[in-house]
Amino acid sequence: MPPGRVKAVIGPNGAGKTTLFNLVTGFLIPDAGRILFQGEEIQGEPAHATAARGIARTFQLVQLFDHLTVLENVMVGRHRLTRAGMLAGALRLPRARREDAAIRRDAWEALEMVGLAVRAHQPAAALPLGLKRLLEIARALAAQPILLLLDEPASGLDPVETERLGEMILDLKARGVTVLLVEHDMSLTMEVADDIAVLNYGRLIAEGPPRAIQRHPEVIAAYLGTDWQG
Amino acid sequence: MTRLLLNPWLLFAAGVLLVPQAVTNQYYFTLLNIIGIHTILVVGLNLLMGYAGQISLGHAAFFGLGAYTSGILTAAGVVNPWLALLLGLVVSGSAAFLIGIPVLKLRGYYLAMATLGFGVIIFIVLVQGHRFTGGPSGLHGIPSLSLGGFPLDTPFRLYFLVWTCVGLLLAFSANLVDSRVGRALRALHDSETAAQSLAVHTARLKLQIFVLSALYASLAGSLYAHTLNFIAPSSFDIMFSIKLVTMVVVGGMASIWGSLLGAATLTVLPEFLAFFQEFEVVIYGAILMVVMIFLPRGLVRGLMDLWERRHRLTEGGTTPG
Repeated sequence: MPPGRVKAVIGPNGAGKTTLFNLVTGFLIPDAGRILFQGEEIQGEPAHATAARGIARTFQLVQLFDHLTVLENVMVGRHRLTRAGMLAGALRLPRARREDAAIRRDAWEALEMVGLAVRAHQPAAALPLGLKRLLEIARALAAQPILLLLDEPASGLDPVETERLGEMILDLKARGVTVLLVEHDMSLTMEVADDIAVLNYGRLIAEGPPRAIQRHPEVIAAYLGTDWQG
Repeated sequence: MTRLLLNPWLLFAAGVLLVPQAVTNQYYFTLLNIIGIHTILVVGLNLLMGYAGQISLGHAAFFGLGAYTSGILTAAGVVNPWLALLLGLVVSGSAAFLIGIPVLKLRGYYLAMATLGFGVIIFIVLVQGHRFTGGPSGLHGIPSLSLGGFPLDTPFRLYFLVWTCVGLLLAFSANLVDSRVGRALRALHDSETAAQSLAVHTARLKLQIFVLSALYASLAGSLYAHTLNFIAPSSFDIMFSIKLVTMVVVGGMASIWGSLLGAATLTVLPEFLAFFQEFEVVIYGAILMVVMIFLPRGLVRGLMDLWERRHRLTEGGTTPG
């Protein structure tokens, strides 16, 4: 996958899109084959180690920390980039306090950017679904990922929210983040993706820029249907 | 000013200093010391249960390891009590580390069963190890602590040591849950998957907090041994582990001050209900049920909610129109 681009993975249900995500992020271990990230093999690594490399993700079913506040959720996102240990934190050593202040400041900035700052002190569980998805993305971005995997980020969003999501993805791309996107909303996918890969029953049936994919006969048969009017 | 007066830490310090002015009976000081020791146990267990979401039904075992390490080594006059206390921490911490590695891979009921099993094993060792532990009849002649030549040989003198430890550990715990690691801990309670996806090494973190809560229990055990100068296995049985869990729940899961209140309530209550001795277990069960039904978030939060609701009502009534 070339860096700084948006790649979308599409395909019918059960095609293996989420499985692909789980393989890349270390939640599943492949039976065979290699997964390369920045030239290193990462297959079989535990999820936290993969995340530490700079691969962040969101989940098809939003997975927030419900009892933490909105702000704290994003603060956990900074975990990868911070160091303070249990003792340093509990003894409030100057090093840990400085780091914590920086975490808080960065998290505030992230919330302001996505417009969630007004809800910073509410428990994450109190947000409506659209804002939950937004928060999940903000949390993943707080880790300053090199590669971001978005698993159906538009599901449950209304058209306005979806549009904002599209702008966000393009903005990320402009900042050099590589995005791997699984999405059923075709107009969003076509709008933001540089490349599209089409999976069917775990097999790659086509790969290329959106225009080519829309005209690919096998893709139309397997997934888009004949009435797709891109 | 009211804000200052309502600062829980100031209230706590004032309480610890003022109580001795009102209490004269040594028996009550022993009771207060036991409350302090239970608070240390409960706040440690609360870090594990309330914050990290991992249950332990064998916590009395770590309490016992601390108490017996201190008791055996000092009753024989082999080592200085403070060194024995440190050795107790090493023993309990190592035990928690070793059993934590396999056990913390389990969840829910399975984790509860495994920790319960560990508790049973340690209890049996304490009963059967006559040669060292004194067996079921207990271990006598444990000396009192002393601090810089000043003997802490009365409950009144020990009171200040115990409650200084309580205060420091409450502060340590409150800071911990509000730190980077504490947030990761609370995060893994809600979603281990999401925590891992943000580079939180959940397995290691669970092990760390398990060891930490065992250290709290061990310290409490050592203090307990020197408080009573006598220990017997029955203080470290499964029933006591369950009492500790009850204290956590009654005080409030994931509540630092709740740990103090839970420990105090369920330590004092049986003393006043001595009449019901035989039915103590029944009463514990009944209290747990009542709290879970009416104050599911524990005493501290539950009462705070009630107070707030009343406050709002009276405020609404007196606000000039």
